Amino acid sequence: MTVAIVGAAESDLGVTGASILGLQAQAITRALDDAGIALGAVDGIATTGVSRFSATQMADYLGIQPSWTDSTFAGGSAFEMFVARAAQAIDAGQCSTVLITFGSDQRSARSRSLGGAGEAHTPEAIFEAPYGPLFPISYYAMAAQRYLHAYGAGREQLAEIAVAAREWALLNPKAFRYGAGPLTAADVLAAPMISSPLTAADCCLVTDGGGAVVLTSLERARDLRRQPVVVLGYGESTTNTSMTGADDLLRPGSFDSGRRAFAMAGLEPSDVDVAEVYDSFTITVLLTLEGLGFCAPGEAAGFVAGGRIRPGGDFPLNTNGGGLSYCHPGQYGLLLLVEAVRQLRGESGDRQVPDAEIALAHGTGGILSSHATVLLGADR
Amino acid sequence: MIEDEWWAATADRRLTVQRCRACGHAQHYPRELCTGCGGTDLEFTEASGHGTVDSFTVVHRAPSPAFQAPYVLARVRLAEGPILLTHLTGPGPWACDEPVRVGWRPLPDGRHLPVFEKDA
Repeated sequence: MTVAIVGAAESDLGVTGASILGLQAQAITRALDDAGIALGAVDGIATTGVSRFSATQMADYLGIQPSWTDSTFAGGSAFEMFVARAAQAIDAGQCSTVLITFGSDQRSARSRSLGGAGEAHTPEAIFEAPYGPLFPISYYAMAAQRYLHAYGAGREQLAEIAVAAREWALLNPKAFRYGAGPLTAADVLAAPMISSPLTAADCCLVTDGGGAVVLTSLERARDLRRQPVVVLGYGESTTNTSMTGADDLLRPGSFDSGRRAFAMAGLEPSDVDVAEVYDSFTITVLLTLEGLGFCAPGEAAGFVAGGRIRPGGDFPLNTNGGGLSYCHPGQYGLLLLVEAVRQLRGESGDRQVPDAEIALAHGTGGILSSHATVLLGADR
Repeated sequence: MIEDEWWAATADRRLTVQRCRACGHAQHYPRELCTGCGGTDLEFTEASGHGTVDSFTVVHRAPSPAFQAPYVLARVRLAEGPILLTHLTGPGPWACDEPVRVGWRPLPDGRHLPVFEKDA
């Protein structure tokens, strides 16, 4: 693989009062500054969630005419997919410098609703909406219920994902829950039930936020100011939009996306030093750890126990505090990449994983609908 | 629309699944093609009305004023194979894999919404 991430930044996070494009502009200017690249050098844009014509909209806003764009709408997994497509486009010579960006004002704009955004012509609207599912929570709740039943796990084992995320967030001054104090499994279980067995504390935050990463060829990256973060491999799987399309709730597409990414990179799960895994809900993480091969199906509840995924544990996971305690701007996948890059550069301060050389970022979109895994490595 | 025939059957409290005449594959929701073989020769066949709970969730916050929480949302795996999103009705508690059978909730326009109850 001959493409690297050379710049990474967050926009303002949390409750910003800023617009989508305002947050995008913050993230983009900060990421380009981080990379030491001028806006005029950007000839590729990938983004989503801006408008119906997202990348086109951003090109216009930035006043550039890119030779490559991608507006794939695949929820939180889109950004890991963009890394794959950007790497291919750069390798193919279609463009040389790609911005992958995102911004959301969903908390300030109060644009999030429990029922989700329905489209009347879809089978989901016709066959599922009459039953009033919460979208996406109820689907993950059914996956969690099935998980507890099939593997004899307990809700407190799900809760460990949220508890550990909080521990990491307490080390990250940018985290929404920084300063909120620790969370206990009892707190998670006692939080208001939303869609059983998931309480409000099993669910990610609803915040504003955004970020951007800059990609270019590894050859060029080595002349830039930052230590390059090399794209080592990627893999995807797209499985369902309906709540009934997936036959087995406990075997989501991460089983395939992970296998593909590791095969491309020539790596094994045991090679990963730090993992940033989409934590829309606590159950998402257990299923994804199993899907990616860090443990066998049914073993994740035990795998995460005993402080293993907390700061100081031997499996550093979601080291910024995750969507559960750091930031969740609707589509969190871009911020997974930002944290992975920072860990590989050794810039993560109090939450830095010592000597991190290989990082994994895994995005999940929709209702376990789309999955994309990216493996990144320090260029040492 | 392909789904109209499925909904029309619910007026007579008939639960149907779409079946491919070429390969026998059963599917839900209805489509203009068979997801088993890609064929287009499909028919609606009567389902037994029996199934099992694949999973469920008690929804505690209604997404709109049209719903009154709490209610039990579920994936029911029909004996014919396809999975339906539905409600579980009647007294709980509920468990994954338990057997259920179809019941019907009237809709204002004469159609019915299939829901499921314990299959004692």
